[in-house]
Amino acid sequence: MAEPASLKVSVWRGGEDGAFQRYEVPARTNQTVLDVVTHIQRELDPSLAYRFACRVGMCGSCAMTVNGRARWTCRTHVKRVVDADGALELRPLANLPVIRDLAADLSPFFDKWQRARGTFLPKQSPDGAVPEDFAVVPPASKARREADAGIECIGCAVCYASCDVVAWNADYLGPAAMNRAWTLVNDVRDGARGERLDAVAGDAGCHSCHSTQSCTERCPKNLDPSSAIAGLKRVLFWDTLLGRR
Amino acid sequence: MMDLRPRSHPTYLAFVVHRASGLLLALFLPLHFWVLGSAITGEARLEGFLRWTDNPLAKAAETILVVLLAAHLAGGLRVMALEFLGWRRRQKDMVAISAGVALLVGLVFLLNVA
Repeated sequence: MAEPASLKVSVWRGGEDGAFQRYEVPARTNQTVLDVVTHIQRELDPSLAYRFACRVGMCGSCAMTVNGRARWTCRTHVKRVVDADGALELRPLANLPVIRDLAADLSPFFDKWQRARGTFLPKQSPDGAVPEDFAVVPPASKARREADAGIECIGCAVCYASCDVVAWNADYLGPAAMNRAWTLVNDVRDGARGERLDAVAGDAGCHSCHSTQSCTERCPKNLDPSSAIAGLKRVLFWDTLLGRR
Repeated sequence: MMDLRPRSHPTYLAFVVHRASGLLLALFLPLHFWVLGSAITGEARLEGFLRWTDNPLAKAAETILVVLLAAHLAGGLRVMALEFLGWRRRQKDMVAISAGVALLVGLVFLLNVA
């Protein structure tokens, strides 16, 4: 594929009712989308608002909508998302309020982690005291492997912005919050299983998921929130059927 | 206009096929029961209708209906395997297998029609 000499970048400016503004950015080798945004802000237009921190795919703060898809911009190479015409379209993450330009307000996203009971509650010491002894969790146990599968979430909200159910139902907890809940349901040291399952059941919870798997498809860490939500559905089904709830 | 770019992946397409086939089958069912019901009220009318369905256009529609039914069944089994058995891996292969099963059932149906 021919490399364009310059990139024609359309950047969302303003709030919800903003509009695209065009910038021309020189194309470079090994350029990430975050590099492009940083070039615009430092060289062309210092008023551009966007968010980043680590630049190495750990902090989860630089996610944006790149050519229609939610992506982590620090680890997205321009050559992977741009055709020979060099057109790049950048918007803030979908399904979240826009603060300004490319910065979305992630408060609803993190509020839902709280609502899904995303906080670990030690079974041995519900009052928060340090347990007397270490918990032994066999690494090969099924629960441990289920928890492992979802534990590397960086909270970038790419899954949340890619989820249609979030767009349809503003109360829906979303993939990341339920992925977190599923890791804790599988944490044998956790003492809030019942409350957590109550929190993720119902219309705003796992039962609304249509398994379109956009979350799994788009997760930059290759996690599988869709299967985590399926796991919650499964546990709720059997626990309800067998009268364990 | 809905932006298709965030939704352009196989499991989303599988969701759309499952939903659309379900809706079309739901629309077909009342017609199906109405025709079955006419067996009680008017045998001659049913016979006339069944002869009408021998025309090629009705046969083509019938084949599409069979494919829809097979797609809905295969897609439903795929989702149930994900949700009840926890089959995480190879979701796209499972979508391809569901689509293959649906088309195969349609072809087998066509063989019997011919």
